[in-house]
Amino acid sequence: MADIPHDASATVPPAELEEMELYHAHSWWTKYVFSQDAKVIAVQYAVTALVIGFVALVLSWLIRLQLGFPGLVEFIDADRYYQIITMHGMIMVVYLLTALFLGGFGNYLIPLMVGARDMVFPYANMLSFWLYFVAVMLLVISFFVPGGPTGAGWTLYPPQAILSNTPGQQWGIMLMLVSLIVFIIGFTMGGLNYTVTVLQARARGMTLMRLPLTIWGIFVATVMALLAFPALFVAAVMMLFDKYLGTSFFMPTLIEMGEQLSYGGGSPILFQHLFWFFGHPEVYIVALPAFGIVSDLISTHARRNIFGYRMMVWAIVGIGVLSFVVWAHHMYVSGMNPYFGFFFATTTLIIAVPTAIKVYNWVLTLWQGDIHFNPPMLFALGFIVTFVNGGLSGLFLGNVVVDVPLSDTMFVVAHFHMVMGVAPILVIFGAIYHWYPKVTGRMLGDAMAKFHFWVTFLGAYLIFFPMHYLGLMGLPRRYFETEGIMIMPESGHSLNAFISIMAFIVGFAQLVFVFNLIWSLRHGRPSGPNPWRATTLEWQTPTTPPPHGNWGDHLPNVYRWAYDYSVPGAKEDFIPQNEPGSVTKGDPA
Amino acid sequence: MSAILGFIAILTLIVGWFLSRQGLATKPWLEVDSAGGLATPNPSPYAPAQVGLGVFLAVVGSLFALLITGYLLRSEGLDWRDMPLPWIVWPNTLALVGTGIALEWALRAANRDDRGAVRTGVLVASGCALLFLVGQFAAWRMLAASGNFVNSGPADSFFYLMTAAHGLHVIGGMFALAGTFERIRRNERAERIKLSVELSTTYWLFMLLIWALLLAVLSGSAGEFLAFCGQILSQGGMP
Repeated sequence: MADIPHDASATVPPAELEEMELYHAHSWWTKYVFSQDAKVIAVQYAVTALVIGFVALVLSWLIRLQLGFPGLVEFIDADRYYQIITMHGMIMVVYLLTALFLGGFGNYLIPLMVGARDMVFPYANMLSFWLYFVAVMLLVISFFVPGGPTGAGWTLYPPQAILSNTPGQQWGIMLMLVSLIVFIIGFTMGGLNYTVTVLQARARGMTLMRLPLTIWGIFVATVMALLAFPALFVAAVMMLFDKYLGTSFFMPTLIEMGEQLSYGGGSPILFQHLFWFFGHPEVYIVALPAFGIVSDLISTHARRNIFGYRMMVWAIVGIGVLSFVVWAHHMYVSGMNPYFGFFFATTTLIIAVPTAIKVYNWVLTLWQGDIHFNPPMLFALGFIVTFVNGGLSGLFLGNVVVDVPLSDTMFVVAHFHMVMGVAPILVIFGAIYHWYPKVTGRMLGDAMAKFHFWVTFLGAYLIFFPMHYLGLMGLPRRYFETEGIMIMPESGHSLNAFISIMAFIVGFAQLVFVFNLIWSLRHGRPSGPNPWRATTLEWQTPTTPPPHGNWGDHLPNVYRWAYDYSVPGAKEDFIPQNEPGSVTKGDPA
Repeated sequence: MSAILGFIAILTLIVGWFLSRQGLATKPWLEVDSAGGLATPNPSPYAPAQVGLGVFLAVVGSLFALLITGYLLRSEGLDWRDMPLPWIVWPNTLALVGTGIALEWALRAANRDDRGAVRTGVLVASGCALLFLVGQFAAWRMLAASGNFVNSGPADSFFYLMTAAHGLHVIGGMFALAGTFERIRRNERAERIKLSVELSTTYWLFMLLIWALLLAVLSGSAGEFLAFCGQILSQGGMP
């Protein structure tokens, strides 16, 4: 390694950064409930998302009860089954994953990691959470209204979503659409905060290329979400018009129960375009923060600088752009022009290139690292293999000729649960184990965490790996009953039962996680300010947990990038970002 | 999907241009600063509120690009029948232009800290905006009187939907104008008033631009233009 002296031309005298005016809470209500502190809002987002996510987990048990042991629970009839799968899917994708990554981790980490006192628009940030809370409540209310929640499937495809024989078509569908609209308005308020805080409120010395990859991931995902969510917004509004004002945006000419409906000429395909123009970027809205967080977890817990930082940044930006031109690979069976299929298959395969770059770089970061197999690292490693597995089956489905026979089978369900369900959830767990000490000042119980990891990781594989075989066998998804299907041998039914039992066991492990979260609040080992000996700014706050304003009297100055681990000649195996560079350092390449 | 893809392409160019100025090719692992010397990003000439408005307008632009996308795709349906635009939308457009002009005038007054003129400009702008909204409501009434309801046909549905979406944003802009007026009333610092007027002006000019685009689409001019472009492309050059 060559010693590279500090390049004086790359520096300028310290900039005069205007201190932001902080809102100071005057009562318990404004401090903990209607708080404008991003960290409190982050915890509010996280707790709400985890609670509603737990509801979705319980719904998944009901799905597995029906699929593994049909008829065992009389409560689950066909209508309820469709309501359960719809709510499970929508809650998990939008109300848990999106809200937790951007609203939870985004709120907590952006101001701390970029060296700001708070978000730039704290009032809008508070409104963002409360609108999210209202959106969640609307969903919850839909369980209790006449007819129950909508059973249209999480994609809410018209025309069936609003036809009279679809469960929840009285109140459920309306509450779902209004909830989504409220969620999107709330997210836009939060998203403006995340974007502008990263752009405008960084500490002195924090160039974009010194940002931790967590922030890059959250930043690009937020920009994508701000541009993609309007598609869902427009689709939801137009469907409400179709349902309540009798327009025919999406509704074709229909005969129902022998009577011609008043609709005519609408295009269900238009809805699919709008939905998937949101839906595919949504995959990366969830994945990019996960990519960023995993990069930081791996680097910190392997005590190695991230390999190929620039490539990682470029890949995040590249994936963000490409994800807007692949949406129609969800629509191969909708009857599109074959040239369109070819185009979208090509863009889908191209997006695998920047994604593969990231995987190689994670592996090369681990190579010859001082790997600490603590819970955050275990979950990060679990993510890498799961994402690779899920990604590989995505390559199958990205090709038109392979996708057509596999479409609407359990293979698709297995694929997207691996790549978009299990993989990001593993990152969420890893991130919670990693940052919980900063939020609470205490460590989570290690033994419970390791039990949680192994049961979740192995269990998830035992659930979703066999599911691919059911799909290859031709077992369709969304079927309430699989009894009597000719293509389904007895072993298929046994496999279904096995998958269900594994799902219950994995679900139990999540209770251990919840217990650990609560138990460690009081009984966890005190963590100190920087238990992982990490370089990024959030670990350098004067007090832990950080108070409102984060930094005491002075904002930090940033002198280096976020990955100075195991630097030759340094006193310790990490150099925080706010430590001046009085010594020269080596080129890790 | 051409409208939204075109919009995303324009945004990608803007973001690409921005990122190209942020040193994305630097090697951060080689750059360590000493105490007293700090690498800085290019200092932003804009206030957070200005950047925030820019991002928000991108979101609003995306929303309307998607509505236009929906209009263009749906207009390929066999049941599509063009609808007559009520004549009042043209005077309404003039009212919106009036809002923009009044705010430009208020902005110039804010630059020289002439608060009386700023107040007048904001009041005139608010009056024009109100006139626009009343005019748009009158357009709905005229359509309904001629038997064109929201569910009479897809073109009618889109007219009501797009004008409602635009009208809601106009109402939002009126709250912003009220905020500016309140700042003048409380006699806040000159820079804050100037920033507030600047933000309002940008927002209202964007509303005017969106309305012009919607009008082009709803009146069929955009369709004729796109057809003309398609003709040129298919024939390999100008006829």
